[in-house]
Amino acid sequence: MDETGIGIWGVPLAIFAGAIRVSTPFIFVSLGESITERSGRINLGLEGTLVFGAMTAYAVAVMSNSPWLGVLAAMATGAVFGLVHGWICKFPKVNDIAIGIAMMQFGLGLAFFLGKPFIQPVAPHLPSIPLGGWSGLPQIQSALNINVLFIIGALLSVTLWWAFKNTRIGLILRVVGDSSDAARAMGLNPDTVRLLATAVGGSLAAVGGAYLSLFYPGSWNEGISSGQGLMAVALVIFARWNPIGCFLAALLFGGAGALGPALQSVGVTQGYYLFYAAPYMLTLVILVATSSPTRSLAGAPGALSITK
Amino acid sequence: MIQIRDTPLPRAGKAVGIQTIGMTMRFGSFTALDNVSIDVPAGTFHALLGENGAGKSTLVKCIMGFYHQTSGSLSVDGHEVSVQSPKDAATYGLGMVYQQFTLVPSLTGAENLVINRAHVPAIINWAKERKELAAFMERMPFKISLDRPVSELAAGEKQKLEIVKQLYLGRSFLILDEPTSVLTPAEADEMLGLVRGMTERGELTVLMISHKFHEVTKFTDAVTVLRRGKMAGSGLVKDLTTKDMAAMMIGDVKLAELDTRLPVPADATPILVVSDIKAPDRTGLKMIDIGNLTVRAGEIVGIAGISGNGQKELAEVLAGQRPPEAGSITVKGSLYGATRRETHINNVRFIPEEPLNNACAPKMTVTENLAFRTFDVKREGGDALWLDMKSMRRRAASLISDFKVKTASHSSPIASLSGGNVQRAVLARELTGDVDLLIVSNPCFGLDFSAVAEIRARIMKARNSGTAVLLLSEDLDELLEMSDRIMVMSDGRLVYETPALSADISVIGAHMAGHH
Repeated sequence: MDETGIGIWGVPLAIFAGAIRVSTPFIFVSLGESITERSGRINLGLEGTLVFGAMTAYAVAVMSNSPWLGVLAAMATGAVFGLVHGWICKFPKVNDIAIGIAMMQFGLGLAFFLGKPFIQPVAPHLPSIPLGGWSGLPQIQSALNINVLFIIGALLSVTLWWAFKNTRIGLILRVVGDSSDAARAMGLNPDTVRLLATAVGGSLAAVGGAYLSLFYPGSWNEGISSGQGLMAVALVIFARWNPIGCFLAALLFGGAGALGPALQSVGVTQGYYLFYAAPYMLTLVILVATSSPTRSLAGAPGALSITK
Repeated sequence: MIQIRDTPLPRAGKAVGIQTIGMTMRFGSFTALDNVSIDVPAGTFHALLGENGAGKSTLVKCIMGFYHQTSGSLSVDGHEVSVQSPKDAATYGLGMVYQQFTLVPSLTGAENLVINRAHVPAIINWAKERKELAAFMERMPFKISLDRPVSELAAGEKQKLEIVKQLYLGRSFLILDEPTSVLTPAEADEMLGLVRGMTERGELTVLMISHKFHEVTKFTDAVTVLRRGKMAGSGLVKDLTTKDMAAMMIGDVKLAELDTRLPVPADATPILVVSDIKAPDRTGLKMIDIGNLTVRAGEIVGIAGISGNGQKELAEVLAGQRPPEAGSITVKGSLYGATRRETHINNVRFIPEEPLNNACAPKMTVTENLAFRTFDVKREGGDALWLDMKSMRRRAASLISDFKVKTASHSSPIASLSGGNVQRAVLARELTGDVDLLIVSNPCFGLDFSAVAEIRARIMKARNSGTAVLLLSEDLDELLEMSDRIMVMSDGRLVYETPALSADISVIGAHMAGHH
């Protein structure tokens, strides 16, 4: 009867493994977006960047036979997408949200167009680190098979959190994001800082895409993204622009996303489709619970177009 | 133009003097600054007086390198220099403290200081920086906490931090743009006294833009007055009276005079009664708590307080923008929830601060904005279904001429008007017709003499004809001039009440500062 061997414990284990597996793209996209938003700009186009990054990474990995080269190539194209967004947004009377939506559609379309020949070939996968060697149970071994990008993402979120406080670049980013006037009075050019922040944000989002095509699910097709690029933007707001918060929010979101498959695996068949909606319900509930009609959002960068 | 860099870099703590010679600035055919020469020797405290649009800010922007003057020159310590940008100005030791704060709200004081340095290390060693900052602050007359985010500092502390920032960056000539506009009298005196001390010790030269004569006479050495872009006069403060300076500032314009204040009858009916209102403030962390506030017909009740002590929230509660958690508001004896219907029946009118954003639709026309109180009622009463554009235009035309609103056309967007004219337009809309209760918030902020006199006269006239007026203001002089009673708001509560006639500024100031 009990095919998993560990019974009901399979559910938390599956949620744990799922959290790590599903959250990785969210981590990268939301860290990228937190950099961009901290500079006072919103890039809604990250969904397009993510999918284009997935395609680039896959294509380059197929051609070069190196998944890491694929990730680097994805970062480069993500940066280009970010630069285009940032460059257009520096013109007066341009709305960053509208440009973001346009860039998203552009990225999706271009990725599908250029990615057609790569749906068939198989690309090498990114490596993972087996941390479950101590356990004899194959379930635990597979759950603790942590992919390298997740670890990099975790380190990156701590680094960013530290860098926002302790480095010149971090402080400059926060200054520009909080007050364009103060930045100008300091002799900084907000447009340049935002341009670069959007480029870095784009390149990180593309890493999220590379994870999708090179690790999990690990193939390239047109349905590869299920809106991670868009949800990550919401996660940043949810995490109050704090990189460690972004990491935890992504984990929470990933864990909730793994609830449906985990329950299915232990034989809960009734209404498990409903559990697929869990992450979205969770986001809605938390956003409603933590917001207030009479209080403004704490920690929101002052120069964001949504807080102005 | 050749870059002249012949002055040695300034030494921190050693004042530099400046001179402008024949400074002229033209924007197209408009001359904003016409041949202005001023001399501010090292170690002096110099005041720059003038109405709005007199060219004060144009002059200082030319000095600071934001504008490039059409002709004329600037000397620092007797050497002619070319200042192309604020960065150039900084190399000569020139710095400016702006009227609106330039500190970054979410950063702490220490972060704000460090990030403004010309050379910031790529990785900031906070332990070391903190030690150096502490040593630097030892030498400063100002005591401020550098570890809290700037957004948590009081206005006075922010202003001091702005000055500290300039000194930290090694500036030895400072332009202060209306530095006391958001401070309490006591804070202002303290701050200017400390600045004065620094100029006397030869550590600093100051050029201060100000509207307030008592500050100029008490703290500064010399004064320059501008009017319509030209020098209207200058001299040592000890040789000039306040009257002389006012005459130089406004020329021969006649100011509107206040009506004689009619006495408030002892049995005047209470119009507005606020009891036990509790509401969260903007941060949601603190509450405002108004025990009892009554405004009777024909009196002006002034609410004094430092900005950020709950006045804005009180105004929002009265305007229906912020739901109270407890308590009641009654107007003319019946409960008042600030719905459009109740406002209309009770003749309640409201002039919030920054009326362009809070009481106007900026992109709609002047005519439409002037009709906001009346567009949905027919002249014979009852709800109107169709807009009567003809009468709207007629009404707008008469209000515009009555209240002397300067606008290019009746159909210009109201956002294209100057601040004083937006204020006049809103006043025209709110004070026309029967007004039983008028709630006004900082009505004269940033306006020039004639507009201020005009607006105060209108409010006084309304009071004399029986309107109950609640005046929230950060300007104590305005409250003393206008009010019958003054109440002080501090930390969300009304902590002190006094009749305006026998009011003692120092007592009011102490309550504003929270000593009660």
